[in-house]
Amino acid sequence: MTIMVEKRQLVTPGTLLAEGNYVLGENTFLEDGKIYAARIGLFNSAGRVVSVVGLRGVYVPQVGDEVIGKVVDVGLYSWLMDIAAPYPGVIHASDVFDGSYNPQKDVLSEVFNVGDYVLAEVASFDRTKDPTLTTRGRGFGKISHGHIIEIVPVKLPRLIGKKGSMVNMLKQETGCQILIGQNGRVLVSGRNREDEALAIRAIRKIEAEAHTRGLTDRIRILLEEEKKKGDVDE
Amino acid sequence: MSKKNEVSFFDGKGLRNDGRRLDELRPIELEVGVLDNASGSALIRQGGNRILVGVFGPREIHPKHLALPNRATLRCRYHMAPFSVEDRKHPAPSRRETEISKVIREALEPVVFTEYYPRTTIDVYIEVLEANGGTRCSGITAASLALADAGVPMRDLVVACASGKVGGKIVLDLNDFEDKYGEADMPVAILPHLDRVLLLQMDGNLTPKEFHEALDLAIEGSKRIYEMQKKALRDSYPIPDEPQEEEVVEVEK
Repeated sequence: MTIMVEKRQLVTPGTLLAEGNYVLGENTFLEDGKIYAARIGLFNSAGRVVSVVGLRGVYVPQVGDEVIGKVVDVGLYSWLMDIAAPYPGVIHASDVFDGSYNPQKDVLSEVFNVGDYVLAEVASFDRTKDPTLTTRGRGFGKISHGHIIEIVPVKLPRLIGKKGSMVNMLKQETGCQILIGQNGRVLVSGRNREDEALAIRAIRKIEAEAHTRGLTDRIRILLEEEKKKGDVDE
Repeated sequence: MSKKNEVSFFDGKGLRNDGRRLDELRPIELEVGVLDNASGSALIRQGGNRILVGVFGPREIHPKHLALPNRATLRCRYHMAPFSVEDRKHPAPSRRETEISKVIREALEPVVFTEYYPRTTIDVYIEVLEANGGTRCSGITAASLALADAGVPMRDLVVACASGKVGGKIVLDLNDFEDKYGEADMPVAILPHLDRVLLLQMDGNLTPKEFHEALDLAIEGSKRIYEMQKKALRDSYPIPDEPQEEEVVEVEK
């Protein structure tokens, strides 16, 4: 019953984490009674659960996730979406037209066309079928303005912060609306380009330094500094 | 063969033609995350070898019929650039490259948790920019780094290193000259933690005793490279140290 590495230590795949009666958390595996890291990341333990917080990796859809998808194809009965995952997403026409879809009358490309960004929720997904998305409910549908950037999805928790502390601070300091898709796409929309550019710079910094401590404070300082600079210019 | 006897592998002090001791590796430099468009990438320089590896995926697989219902397909391409060797190499994949692609794929497949991403593909492109012997080993070493950089879940990093026999002596990490004119060359790929062999090939002849000696030497050399691999991976996530943070605070005043 021993843990071999310190909390928040950077571990590489194959690093021995613990031996004995522990519970496997994410990004770990068991071999000959020993627990190893399966991915590069930061070690974490809570109670008897040992896990690794990944630093790189793709988005794997989960039912209930809010994602930002991009239309890649318009079919007769559905749209094909790129959701920045190893699997393509599908929105069925019946989902948008409330079951009264008539392919002879209704034109799908008038609703979402190729290249449009759409906020949607993952309605179903398992190992055998590609995910289906739904745009029913609060605020879902086509995104009409703002900037969309992509970040590594495993770093989203850092962008959100404890109980949303990081993203709320970003919103406050830059005056931008920030909408986070679980697939790593982030919509930033502000009053002007400058505000958006500043928010994007901050998000990029969070992504690059997601594995370090005291990040919220450093981002706050960056934003305040930039604001001061802006005031002088005016 | 009279020509072989004319070749000398060692100088007066018993050092090899590039100044190494018998159990010494070539100088190795590893760099992770060198490509922006790949999910993960790595560059290795090992003596005169320079190899770039890009990993893409897990991503959608094309053509679709290659998709496996229960796990990801691992595809591997080992390719030598036309300018990687002295006489221009025809860029089309040769018999040798096809074989090396296969053995590298088989060395990497057991470490990747392919079952986490059914119906997808993980593509590994190994591009040899400069070749000077032992490129399949260098390629495997760099490929496992690139996979780890891509965030692909894996059991361990794969390390590879060759050993062999030149001028009657067992040596580590053969270069091109020793590979061509020596008696035997044996590339070995291992999983350092789990103590498993993933690749074992041999070109030439060794007695059983020599074989065991060479195998132990290759494993020992691989473990040395493994430490460099881990360091390269950790270095790709620089931790801003304390002075930097103090600087920021000063600016705030």
